[in-house]
Amino acid sequence: MTKINLDLPAVEIREVRINSISGYDGNAKDLVEKSHCEGRLKDRERSFMQCAGCSISKAACMTILIQDAAVIEHGPIGCSTCLQEFNFTYMVNADLRNVSDPKQRKIYSTNLQEKDTVYGGNAKLEKTIREVYEREKPNAIFVLSTCASAIVGDDIESACDQAEAEFGIPVVAITCEGFRSKIWTTGFDAGYHGIARKLIEKTDKKSDFINVINFWGSDRFSEWFKPFGYRPNYITPYSTVNTLRHSGEAVATVQACSTLGSYLGAALEQEYGVPEVPTAPPYGIAQTDRWFRALGKILHQEDVAEKIIEEKKKEYLPQIEELREKLRGKTAYVTGGAAHGHALLSVLGELGIRAKGASIFHHDPVYDIGDENNDQLRQRVEDFGDVPHYRVCSKQEFELVNALGKLHPDVLLARHGGMTLWGAKYGIPSLLIGDEHYGMGYEGIVDYGNRILDVIENDEFVKNLQKHAVNPYTKWWLTQDSDYFMKATEKEKGQ
Amino acid sequence: MAAYNGMIEQPRFSCAIGALQSVVAIPRAVPILHSGPGCGDMVSGFFERSKGYAGGDTSPCTNFNEKDVVFGAVDKLRRIISNSYKVLDTDLQVVMTGCTGGIVGDDIESVVAEFQNEGKPIVAVDTPGFKCNNYQSHSNVVKAIIDQYVSLYEDEHPARSNRRLVNIFASLPYQDPFWKGNLREYKRLLEGLGLEVNVLFGPESGGVSEWRTIPEANFNILVSPWYGKPIVDDLKIRYGQPYTWFHSLPIGGNETEKFLNQVLDFAIEHRSGINKNDAKKFIQKEVDAYYEEIDNLATFLLEFRYGLPNHAHIFADAGYVVGISKFLLHETGVVPKEVFAIDNTPQKYQEDILKDLASTSDKKTIPLYFEPDAGKAQNLVRSISHKGNGIILGSGWDKNLASEKGYEFLSIAVPSPVRLVMTTNYVGFSGGLRLIEDIYHKALDLYM
Repeated sequence: MTKINLDLPAVEIREVRINSISGYDGNAKDLVEKSHCEGRLKDRERSFMQCAGCSISKAACMTILIQDAAVIEHGPIGCSTCLQEFNFTYMVNADLRNVSDPKQRKIYSTNLQEKDTVYGGNAKLEKTIREVYEREKPNAIFVLSTCASAIVGDDIESACDQAEAEFGIPVVAITCEGFRSKIWTTGFDAGYHGIARKLIEKTDKKSDFINVINFWGSDRFSEWFKPFGYRPNYITPYSTVNTLRHSGEAVATVQACSTLGSYLGAALEQEYGVPEVPTAPPYGIAQTDRWFRALGKILHQEDVAEKIIEEKKKEYLPQIEELREKLRGKTAYVTGGAAHGHALLSVLGELGIRAKGASIFHHDPVYDIGDENNDQLRQRVEDFGDVPHYRVCSKQEFELVNALGKLHPDVLLARHGGMTLWGAKYGIPSLLIGDEHYGMGYEGIVDYGNRILDVIENDEFVKNLQKHAVNPYTKWWLTQDSDYFMKATEKEKGQ
Repeated sequence: MAAYNGMIEQPRFSCAIGALQSVVAIPRAVPILHSGPGCGDMVSGFFERSKGYAGGDTSPCTNFNEKDVVFGAVDKLRRIISNSYKVLDTDLQVVMTGCTGGIVGDDIESVVAEFQNEGKPIVAVDTPGFKCNNYQSHSNVVKAIIDQYVSLYEDEHPARSNRRLVNIFASLPYQDPFWKGNLREYKRLLEGLGLEVNVLFGPESGGVSEWRTIPEANFNILVSPWYGKPIVDDLKIRYGQPYTWFHSLPIGGNETEKFLNQVLDFAIEHRSGINKNDAKKFIQKEVDAYYEEIDNLATFLLEFRYGLPNHAHIFADAGYVVGISKFLLHETGVVPKEVFAIDNTPQKYQEDILKDLASTSDKKTIPLYFEPDAGKAQNLVRSISHKGNGIILGSGWDKNLASEKGYEFLSIAVPSPVRLVMTTNYVGFSGGLRLIEDIYHKALDLYM
């Protein structure tokens, strides 16, 4: 039974809903065991922290990239400033999704001032929604909450409901203020919560598509679904208000990253009767096979799945074997969000590259759908063995710098901006691949393997950078245990 | 300062805490955020490539949670500061509040005072996002550092004790994408006059030891339409330093010459002890070198027969809008049409800025709109058409608009994911030449 309740205006945060944590230091096997043993997984706090990131930009990216929607950030202007990155993303990747005439993203701030924090900002929000509607005539408006508007206690939900009644389009309140959750993927949940509540329609109709919850990666799914007679319905980037509305007609939902789509996948299953494929996304051979089989089962086309697997093996196994040979003895370190970080660990496992450690931003012991088979880290540990020095790091750079400096892998794989810098400063070839679909399936293993080879071979730049690297961290810190400030907190509390 | 406080489409400046970039711009200084977890990401995602020594993901932060909002997070802040000294090797720490810390009312000054009493180079400044934007907050940050750090060293650096020394307050670090190059060029030019120069930010500054010499300066220079003025006003009272104010950015030959002469006259008037003749010779040499290039360029500008931009729209802060307008009209022949100051220019400065712009030409009026709601400004440009080829100089947001209109586009403002700037400058003689190169490189790139 999931804990999804679409009657509530605000999404329940991850820490409460699925016991997600942001502090851990140990190994992957231990973390998996603790995750599936009621009450054993404890979050660890730190007495030193750096900027961790918050929910708002995550809620924003799942709404701003809807082709015909407008997004209002209800707060001071600062809380909308980084959203410009999504305008760039939208324009650049439009081709990948066959959007031929991408339109500049519609991003607004209510620009709250000091006096609004005293008298409340609702009147300003109402006025802004009206102006945005009149300026753009969007097919939906999303309103994102911020720390300021939340503390002041603005009733965003009422302002949205009122506007929705007046303009006849969905006007959706998204509760995503930064202080609410220390797991910033709660922001994805917040965006999806609003979409599931206000946009998706209940229906008995079934259509010829499968929902794919993802970011803005390349289109791998069209080709994969074709033999089954289906097409992907990508949500939410590059969707339209109308395609989202009809996503309840899908025959199934798959995830590109289980942590991203956890909430929406479960909501689609629970509230709209669209089953989520009950296994982790297809990274590594064993998991790719499981995934195609699970998909075949849901579609009642097990034979098609077997045929695909057979063909893929024929085509790609020799190439994968060749790559394993070339990569023999290599080691790697991974940093990124869950579960994509887990996915990368599986790809590494398949390529025979030894993972020396990982710094993953947070950990969800179980996803909203409640099925342990969706645990990508568990699959990784079962398929390829344990990962030592596995850390849940809350994007704390100082911990990464400490851990990475001690392990010196042959390559660093990163999934979020800013982290590759530290690999490079240590002279470690570093690779960031933004396209979340890149490593999927058999072809993904080959593509990734080739990129890793390439980046290890061409290390001249990082070797040169290393010679001139500036490091603001003290020598003392670099020789402490990575979880020093977690231990310090526990000592203080007498734990 | 009355300014626009309505909604804004396409943010082109940040909130108060965005001025953490002014701290990042001081070599080996670190901002410590007493804020929600997302403020740092918002700021770095806006400015991009803005990490510096200890900004971005390196900056310590209390990462407010729900409990902290209810009970306050003063103890947490104390721990974070104290551990920052263990983890990071920095020369100056500036503690800045976000909306959370601000509304909750945590007394950060007291916490910071504890560390100040231990002799730490640490400063507290109130920067909740709703308080003001980063253009204004920059002044508050600088004033706080002077008040809580620089002032401790006044005995070793008595007020106005170095006749040749000046402090210049000009480009806002990171908000002006060319800040590093611009500050370097100001320094080079002013040194050419015979002055010694504190630029305070960026690689040309000497870090905190340079900050400590602020009181020694004989006078200050403000290059800005309005932002930064509270700093020189404050220094006037604090150290009795007069200032000379150049209202828009000196780009190209005319304005740079005017700027240097203004500073030179002021320096002579305030007995800087510099040699006027040598200074004049320096200016003349720079002017000659500049016009040698313009001379070579003129044939191309006048004769290139396949079409070059003949008019421009500008979206930038008021200083750039006026500076570039003057430059384009007189030094390239491109006519500025509707131009937009997007910096939420306070009302009381608007008239002077309009006058400054009006001085550009006695033949034509350049329509200037003070419009921080840039989406609205863009819609105005959509509704207008002018004959000939156009160019838009603006932020990354305006690239789409330029392609809609079939105009050329040059990125000169933040946010801009479509241009990489490191140490390029647009001010000064060399800045004018560089701006010409950039505009016509874009124009020629359309051919073949």
